[in-house]
Amino acid sequence: MSVTVSTTVNGDSVDFVCAPDETLLDALRGRLGLTGAKEGCGTGDCGACSVTLNGRLVCSCLVLAVEAEGQEIATVEGMAAGETLHPLQRAFIDHAALQCGICTPGILVAAKALLEKTPDPSDEEVRYWLAGNLCRCTGYDKIVRAVQAAAAEMRRA
Amino acid sequence: MPDTLPFPPRMGSNAGQPLSRRDGPLKVTGAATFAADNHPEGMLYAVPATAAIARGRVTGMNVAAARAHPGVVEVYTPANRPPLMHDPDEKLGLFGMRMEALQNDSVRYAGQPIAFVVAETLEAATEGAALLAPEYAAEPARVTAETGERYTPERVGFGGPLSVGAGDIEAGLAAAAHRLETRFETPDQYHNAMEPHALVAQWDGDKLTLDTPNQAIVMACGLFAAYFGIPAENIHLRSPFLGGGFGSKAVPTGAQILTILAARELGRPVKLALTRQQMFGPVGHRARTWQTLRMGLDGAGKLTALHHHSTGATSSFDDFIEPAAAASRTLYASPAILTTHDGIRLDTGTPGAMRAPGEASGSAALEVAIDEAAEVCGMNPLAFRLANYAEVEPITGKPYSSKALRECYEAGAKAFGWASRPLAPRQMRDEAGMLTGWGMGTAVFHCPMFPASAEAVIRADGTAVIRTSGADMGQGAWTALAQIGAAALGLDPDQVEFESGHSHLPDAGVAGGSGHTASAGQALHNAGEDAVARLAELASTDPASPLYGTGNAGVLARRGRLYARDDESRSESYAEILARAGKPQVEGTGKGARDPASAETYALQAHGAVFAEVKVDPELGQMRVSRMIGAFAAGRIINPKLARSQYLGGMIWGLSFALHEEAIHDRRTGRIVNADFAGYHVPVNADVPEMEAIMIHEDDPHVNVLGVKGVGEIGITGSVGAVANAIWHATGFRPHRFPVRIEDVLPSLS
Ligand code: FES
Ligand code: FES
Repeated sequence: MSVTVSTTVNGDSVDFVCAPDETLLDALRGRLGLTGAKEGCGTGDCGACSVTLNGRLVCSCLVLAVEAEGQEIATVEGMAAGETLHPLQRAFIDHAALQCGICTPGILVAAKALLEKTPDPSDEEVRYWLAGNLCRCTGYDKIVRAVQAAAAEMRRA
Repeated sequence: MPDTLPFPPRMGSNAGQPLSRRDGPLKVTGAATFAADNHPEGMLYAVPATAAIARGRVTGMNVAAARAHPGVVEVYTPANRPPLMHDPDEKLGLFGMRMEALQNDSVRYAGQPIAFVVAETLEAATEGAALLAPEYAAEPARVTAETGERYTPERVGFGGPLSVGAGDIEAGLAAAAHRLETRFETPDQYHNAMEPHALVAQWDGDKLTLDTPNQAIVMACGLFAAYFGIPAENIHLRSPFLGGGFGSKAVPTGAQILTILAARELGRPVKLALTRQQMFGPVGHRARTWQTLRMGLDGAGKLTALHHHSTGATSSFDDFIEPAAAASRTLYASPAILTTHDGIRLDTGTPGAMRAPGEASGSAALEVAIDEAAEVCGMNPLAFRLANYAEVEPITGKPYSSKALRECYEAGAKAFGWASRPLAPRQMRDEAGMLTGWGMGTAVFHCPMFPASAEAVIRADGTAVIRTSGADMGQGAWTALAQIGAAALGLDPDQVEFESGHSHLPDAGVAGGSGHTASAGQALHNAGEDAVARLAELASTDPASPLYGTGNAGVLARRGRLYARDDESRSESYAEILARAGKPQVEGTGKGARDPASAETYALQAHGAVFAEVKVDPELGQMRVSRMIGAFAAGRIINPKLARSQYLGGMIWGLSFALHEEAIHDRRTGRIVNADFAGYHVPVNADVPEMEAIMIHEDDPHVNVLGVKGVGEIGITGSVGAVANAIWHATGFRPHRFPVRIEDVLPSLS
């Protein structure tokens, strides 16, 4: 059995067909070719699959694809404006906040969601907000520095 | 900015610079293609079914139900698994592991693959595997030291000696003013790279394309090929990005072999991506150790004897034993040192190399023991370490090729503020009333090199391409290796294209042992120099060139031009030289390998000193690391920005070893009860404080031509001890088991 789902993905209307038991993560990766979100655990523990649904940060491995019906999905692929990187993306490169980079898409999406709600977070707030995004290369302190640098730049803009 | 050494003038200027990673833009946009991101036309999904018992046999599976599930294409069990050309129970080469590829119905650890389901969708394959509902004839699981079989292995680590020492331990102990015997336990830890082990296999006749993360790309092709009876060249292994490896992604595993087999049998591409849970067993781990240190100390606080014995756990069917006692061979001076090992066989998967194999577990024990020795002697832990400083390598008596450990101690202690540390424990509280302690540990890691080769081509337009099958698992090989190649060519990195990350390139060796930059880097350096020499040959033999007569040793390469070494007014660009010679390009090749003479003459080790502050809640026993500073001397640093990440990452792994990580087996079933990220704790952002890595200048003309020692693993060593020793300083409780738990410290708080 398959279901048609109508959504907006990174600003574009997108309809896709999926199985009722398929996760949003698998639909994004397998059906839509948006492989930026990664599967690190499949159990909601690592945050590698982070995307936003109507602005709310979710683990897409814990959301069924059919639940995205009528919702706005935002993924890492939608962060840059064409060739121009988002301040967070630039700050992550400048501050060496990524190493292998497999956790990075999820962390960027989560950090963006934080700064939309809290444009001037404390270090503590960043650390705790991102506590659900595991990085096994453990770029942690540099991630906090990068988020703060991007936040400062975005406040100036 | 960290102190880094300039390269010789021949090498241009970019190596040593803190460049941002070249793969950064691809990684922050989601455009970097990791293995599991590949989705070739017509692809099937494979899911292994895994054993729920730790020892025994599979007596039945409902294969019919699995086959009948819509979307399931094939179910492989030992009854129908097509033949392989190499026996999965035979080891291949130095690094190969015995594996489970459905060769029989036996079960030797929980989580072992026992069947393999291939389906049109991941959901169907997963459901098919669940429908198999295996039945077992189980035997009692042996997952504890008491139930495992104690044995004497022939070798430890990868072919290392069981026992190494010099001097008379018993005489040293007998002569000592103080004697100390102390025991440690370290747990099973799992690599848990964030990227699961994935593989997409596609056959075209007898040619095979593999998309899979791999740390030893060319070597792995030879291993994969052996199972299918094809030449290694028939395999194109693509591993442009690895989502972490940490030692677990170098050799084939059973599920990968079955994926390739299924792709061949079914004539379609097949993808495997292990679940997090399936990574606890068949893809290696750092195994438990039980360690004993016996030390003798004279009245002045100098070691008279140091005996480090480690019992390492391994599987019932293979032999990797953590070479943990090796940590005591090269660090502290003592007239008598003995390092010995034995093993215990358990019903677990086979352990293997995990970031700083041997040293991580061994240093955890040694650095706590050294602190206990300092306490016995009433000495500051830093003064004690300095009193036992090894001016030459203790057992061999060899000089160190370089050793700026004293400078590491000094710089680290100064940055940390160590001088104001009270000697006795439990003297400090912060304003919130938290017990506060300061601890330190010495970091050490050897500097291996692996045979590597590379090529460099200077093109008609003066740009270049360099090639080697390097593996960037996050450490920054794409960037640091390109910097070395560009420097050797006298070009800026953005004038140099770097082809890497797949197997149809010269063999870059193994990205492991912290030896990738040195090994592949030396190959690229030599290839670049070779290409420049050929260019110089063209110019210096051409009467029309301003460089005529210089000879190819008489030139310098810089910014895309060759200059006469003794008269820089004479120069010519690469493009001009090639144009006049009518050549489209010149090619150079190079190799990297350890010079046996320098290994014979010198002790080759990187060093460091790590300082940690820990706060302990006096009521709850909760322990938090609040500050950590490491100072490291590891030869020339090619890229300080990326090296810093490696040091900090290592230190956080040390913090994690001390406080977080442990896989726990159920004694009855033998299963790991916390085989996922909910139960297996790794540090998260909220666990990690502000930290710093200080880079200490070290000029090493002996370790290799680049003077590079390696930075990937050393950060763990020293750090475990630093955290544990800080816990003691905060509470008076001396940890002897890792990870340190709240219930361990609580009794000392009441
Ligand atoms: S894959 Fe979704 S949280 Fe880990
Ligand atoms: S950069 Fe590798 S897991 Fe975060």
